[in-house]
Amino acid sequence: MKGKKTLSKTSKNNFITMGGLLLVYVIVLILKEGGITTNLINGQLVPICAYMIMAISLNLTVGILGELSLGHAGFMSVGAFGGVLVGTLMQEVSDSKILCLLVAVIAGGVLAALAGFLIGIPVLRLRGDYLAIVTLAFGQIIKSIVNILYVGLDADGLHVGFIEKPEILEEGKMIINGAMGATGIRKLSTFTFAFIVLMLCLIVIYNLIQSRTGRAIMALRDNRIAAESVGINVTKYKLLVFAISAAMAGMAGTVFAYNYSTVAPTKFDFNTSILVLVFVVLGGLGSMRGSLIAAALLTLLPELLREFSDYRMLVYAIVLILVMLGTNNPKIRDFFAKIVGKIKSVFVRKKTAKEENANG
Amino acid sequence: MDKGKIHEVISESIIPARDKDKRPVLECSHLGITFGGLVAVDDFNLTVGATEIAGLIGPNGAGKTTVFNLLTKVYQPTHGTILLDGQDTRGMSTMQVNKAGIARTFQNIRLFDKLTVEENVKIGLHNQIKCSTVSSILRLPSYWKTEKEAHEKALELLSIFDMQDMADYKAGSLPYGAQRRLEIVRALATNPKLLLLDEPAAGMNPSETAELMENIRKIRDTFQIAILLIEHDMNLVMGICEGIAVLNFGRIIAKGSPEEIQANPTVIEAYLGKKKED
Amino acid sequence: MEFLSNVINGISLGSIYAIIALGYTMVYGIAKMLNFAHGDVIMVGAYVCFFMTSRYNMPAVVGILLSMFVCTVLGIVIERLAYKPLRQATSLAVLITAIGMSYFLQNGAQLLWTSNPKVFKSVVGDGGVQLTEGLYVSHVTLVTIAVCVIIMIALTVFTGKSKMGKAMRACSEDKGAAQLMGINVNTTISITFAIGSALAAIAGVLLCSAYPNLVPTTGSMPGIKAFTAAVFGGIGSIPGALIGGILLGIIEIFAKAYISTEISDAIVFAVLIVVLLVKPTGLLGKKISEKV
Repeated sequence: MKGKKTLSKTSKNNFITMGGLLLVYVIVLILKEGGITTNLINGQLVPICAYMIMAISLNLTVGILGELSLGHAGFMSVGAFGGVLVGTLMQEVSDSKILCLLVAVIAGGVLAALAGFLIGIPVLRLRGDYLAIVTLAFGQIIKSIVNILYVGLDADGLHVGFIEKPEILEEGKMIINGAMGATGIRKLSTFTFAFIVLMLCLIVIYNLIQSRTGRAIMALRDNRIAAESVGINVTKYKLLVFAISAAMAGMAGTVFAYNYSTVAPTKFDFNTSILVLVFVVLGGLGSMRGSLIAAALLTLLPELLREFSDYRMLVYAIVLILVMLGTNNPKIRDFFAKIVGKIKSVFVRKKTAKEENANG
Repeated sequence: MDKGKIHEVISESIIPARDKDKRPVLECSHLGITFGGLVAVDDFNLTVGATEIAGLIGPNGAGKTTVFNLLTKVYQPTHGTILLDGQDTRGMSTMQVNKAGIARTFQNIRLFDKLTVEENVKIGLHNQIKCSTVSSILRLPSYWKTEKEAHEKALELLSIFDMQDMADYKAGSLPYGAQRRLEIVRALATNPKLLLLDEPAAGMNPSETAELMENIRKIRDTFQIAILLIEHDMNLVMGICEGIAVLNFGRIIAKGSPEEIQANPTVIEAYLGKKKED
Repeated sequence: MEFLSNVINGISLGSIYAIIALGYTMVYGIAKMLNFAHGDVIMVGAYVCFFMTSRYNMPAVVGILLSMFVCTVLGIVIERLAYKPLRQATSLAVLITAIGMSYFLQNGAQLLWTSNPKVFKSVVGDGGVQLTEGLYVSHVTLVTIAVCVIIMIALTVFTGKSKMGKAMRACSEDKGAAQLMGINVNTTISITFAIGSALAAIAGVLLCSAYPNLVPTTGSMPGIKAFTAAVFGGIGSIPGALIGGILLGIIEIFAKAYISTEISDAIVFAVLIVVLLVKPTGLLGKKISEKV
């Protein structure tokens, strides 16, 4: 009908997002190397990439699969501490920084994927808000467990303790230190490394969505009963999404942790889960581009608003409420749509007038 | 209602002559379900021939859709057996029943609204054209091959209803009649042996209904499958069904050819109520 | 004796959870939304009572009544301003708005009252009763349990017998049909929020009487736990909130006493997951089946 099929609209949009992301990366890199960006911003580059991965991976669960998760930070936590643990062990074997980091990130992803798979099992029996509460509970459990987890390393090998700190030899060191979290981390994460992980996650998500698997997942979201009636395996695809999404959150956690010398378990608490959910909802359910932009802006904004330190979170809360009202109340939305429509119509009229002039 | 009388009027097999030598696609015996204490469907016996177009009719609330839900295991039957092409579907899930060969449409349309028409059909092709998740993510050659195959197959299926031009529209934005047709295409995409249509003509005007009748016949002839449909439009039912079963209060009160059903006093009574005896 | 004392303390903590959970469950039942700001209304209630009794030396009763009044108004205002415009929106949009409201209350409280902890003076004094040898129960514990029982009875009678209570139940079944029967749905929802918030004020006062450390985030963890309790018992169900709250309180106190304080939260949430695995809609929740 259309002759040879060119790029579909979705593919085109995806390429624009990826291209834009690459462009921003190059610009930021140039600015950074040129010493133009402040230390404040430089310090935020890796966390921003990590939060972007968090946002797109959560969007896969919430926007594409259509299941609400309130415990995404739990997977980040598993990835952060699991990754640091494996990375530190790797340090004993190899001196290569990049190899350590790579192994750590992969380990963080795999461990988080396992956690995602585990939490995915109850999910199969639960719907809606009940599912959300299980993910919330999971996040709290992970936080509590890491809070009492002690892992030390010395010449005798690994020492693991719960609640009680294990005794280790003098020259040994604690890798995970209870409520203090992971200590003595080598700062291995770089902006470029974080960006590459982010880009890979984005490509995986885009490729997944535009495939047989992705269609099956979206079918479950739009109408579960109809999806089953055309032979789609609900169990398989829900677990798959939970595992993939968790793996990405885990990698984000490892990348994030390796940006600091110490990371406490409270970094990945309920508030973090909510923060990431806010990125996803504000950016638009199912829109990866929206998630990326929202994650970047909302991570940077509080940092830039530091002057208003006392008021910034209050302002943040008010903006959040207003944006939700503005985008979800039909009256308010129509009001904005009308304004945008008017501006557009003026623009279009000018354009057609110009074209007519050119033709005439 | 007089129960003794009901059983007398059931004329046995309604399988058309051409299917007599083939194994029937569907054999239900003593099928039933109770919700709490309520008996929704009871002692449901029905045989559908391999290429038969059969109708299931009855007043509102008779349990017709419940029968479809039993056949597709949306509800697990509490009694009886279902043989699909000779295979017992006991213990199967909705997904497994579909893989075994039953596809359906829904009375209250259930499309994947946010996806395009083509994607809806491709989802129907899920178990026909396969490509692993890993190949998809890595965009291996098998991905491109299967995507192309699925695209062509989807357009071919859509052409049954002349819908290939709508391929890029969102399913939720289609007019009502087109949504009903798309559901049929999606069901056909799963390559069924038996197609269940739940009120396919609902909301259609007479000319659309006439066209639908032609298409249902065409589907049967091209795909050589059996079709069981629930419909209130008697022109459609009497026009294309070879065998008809009438359901009332969860029980079959009559089976037979369209002519037999039209002349059956029990059926007339179920639909119009009992005449006062004077 | 230690065991019995733990049971009583568990019931007392559980009673607080139950009172908070009532607010979640009633609002969920009628507006089908998770009001995440509910936990922070507790905190506001506690602060109001704190200032009345400790700063202005008013009697405890005045402090409690005033804090109930403030919270009631706050609940209605929050509903009208933030949730009512979103009646037709997706549940996720409402959830995020509620989270925004929660941030707003916490940060507003921090600006107004700073994050320095306030030491809350118990509204029933510090004393206690020596029930038997080795079994000492504080006044707060006893009063908390008594208040919870009274609230439960009052609410059961209210929803069962009164006209407004029936309107609430009608709205939670089917808002459209309720409207057609002449019930003012908006008023009913407002009153639900008002009752939930007044209960939150009581819970805040009781909570801080038992655990006197008052900061702007005081309400969030009890809020999350009470929400868990509501789900535990079957969200939307008033007796469910009671059972869920009490069980949660007992589990938490036992985990603290016999296992470890640090891991008690993990145990509470693990039990919740197990319960939901066995009963996917909570202990007393209604099974919802989709019509095909």
